[in-house]
Amino acid sequence: MSELPVSEAELQAYADGRLPPARLAAVEAWLAARPEQAERIAAYRRLAQEVRGAYDNLLSEPVPERLRQAAARRLPWGRIAAVLAWVTLGIALGAPAGWYAKRERTVAQAMPDSTLLARRAAVAHAVYSPEVRHPVEVGADDEQHLLTWLSKRLGAKVRAPKLDDVGMSLVGGRLLPGDIGPVAQFMYQSQNGRRLTLYMRTEASHNRETAFRYARENNVGVFYWIDREMGYALASADLSKDELLRLANLVYKQLEGS
Amino acid sequence: MDEAQRLVELIPRLRRYARALVGDRASADDLVQDTLERAWTKLHLYRQGTDLRAWLFTVMHNVHVNRVRAARISEPLGDEMPELAQRGTQADALLVRDLDRAIARLPADQRAVLLLVTLEEMSYDEVARTLGIPIGTVMSRLSRAREKLRAMMLGQAPAAKLKVVR
Repeated sequence: MSELPVSEAELQAYADGRLPPARLAAVEAWLAARPEQAERIAAYRRLAQEVRGAYDNLLSEPVPERLRQAAARRLPWGRIAAVLAWVTLGIALGAPAGWYAKRERTVAQAMPDSTLLARRAAVAHAVYSPEVRHPVEVGADDEQHLLTWLSKRLGAKVRAPKLDDVGMSLVGGRLLPGDIGPVAQFMYQSQNGRRLTLYMRTEASHNRETAFRYARENNVGVFYWIDREMGYALASADLSKDELLRLANLVYKQLEGS
Repeated sequence: MDEAQRLVELIPRLRRYARALVGDRASADDLVQDTLERAWTKLHLYRQGTDLRAWLFTVMHNVHVNRVRAARISEPLGDEMPELAQRGTQADALLVRDLDRAIARLPADQRAVLLLVTLEEMSYDEVARTLGIPIGTVMSRLSRAREKLRAMMLGQAPAAKLKVVR
């Protein structure tokens, strides 16, 4: 029987089990007549098996959190736009000092204090929630340290509500400058990368309570309330008003009177 | 469907390929992270309905090539002992280590082809598109990579035996 020429590419395809059926018999006959070649191709098959065996463990390993976060990030354009809008409006953030102080007083006076709380929380959310590598200063894996540190700096017991039951897990937190002192921000994230931040500050007057209020600032929705010595604002650009309200209720219940 | 969710699902495969490509875990995860971040900034270039996996591997390939070029990251050296998860007997572990080193010694372009074909089980066509090379080049690189790997694994057998005695 006369042999058809067999190409090296066909031998590779044979080793990978990808040879078209029409050529299978010809290639096998060719190899049968050449034991050395047959041994070479058999070795390729064994090596392919071994290569898969060597690295397949990575498929079943848990994915490191930093990679999950990098993958789960949503398209940040909305939030980048939000930040830019804030930069335009919020002169407050980056202006020269004298002007800053003057402007700041006006804004603060013109606006009830709790509204300012919502605005500050929305800006903080817009600034930090698009962060991929540094969304927080201290990660949730060091939660105890985070809480101790923030409590000490705020001068009040700070707790991070548990929202895992509703699919939001704590990423961590950071310390921020507020109007009259340090402020804490916790960040939460859902499996598919939706982010939520809780902004907490101590209140000058200790016996005030307010109902939930809602504000929407440049894509960022905020529910905010004051509960005795603490002011809270829960912000997200990724959640609907209803979802945010449900979370605000949960947070309120967990932190009530803390 | 949500791209974020699909990206998350593809992470283990990216990690596996990256680990075999760059030789150690930390650099591999850095490569995966850079790839994911790059993917987000380039997502508008991805065409809905096409193969997200192939697109991601293309992104990873480009990120890797740029990193190697920019930082002149040395090709992983054979004497370093990359850690791999425990599997079975010591003989197995030795084989994995030798294989890992042998793969690291392959020229980078051949290594990429071999791994995409073997680990990812991409079709030759997909490999050609992912790496932006003609299919003939895929086949010749695959052939050369396999032959080198085979020679190294044959040649290494005695050395591996010597290393057991410590």
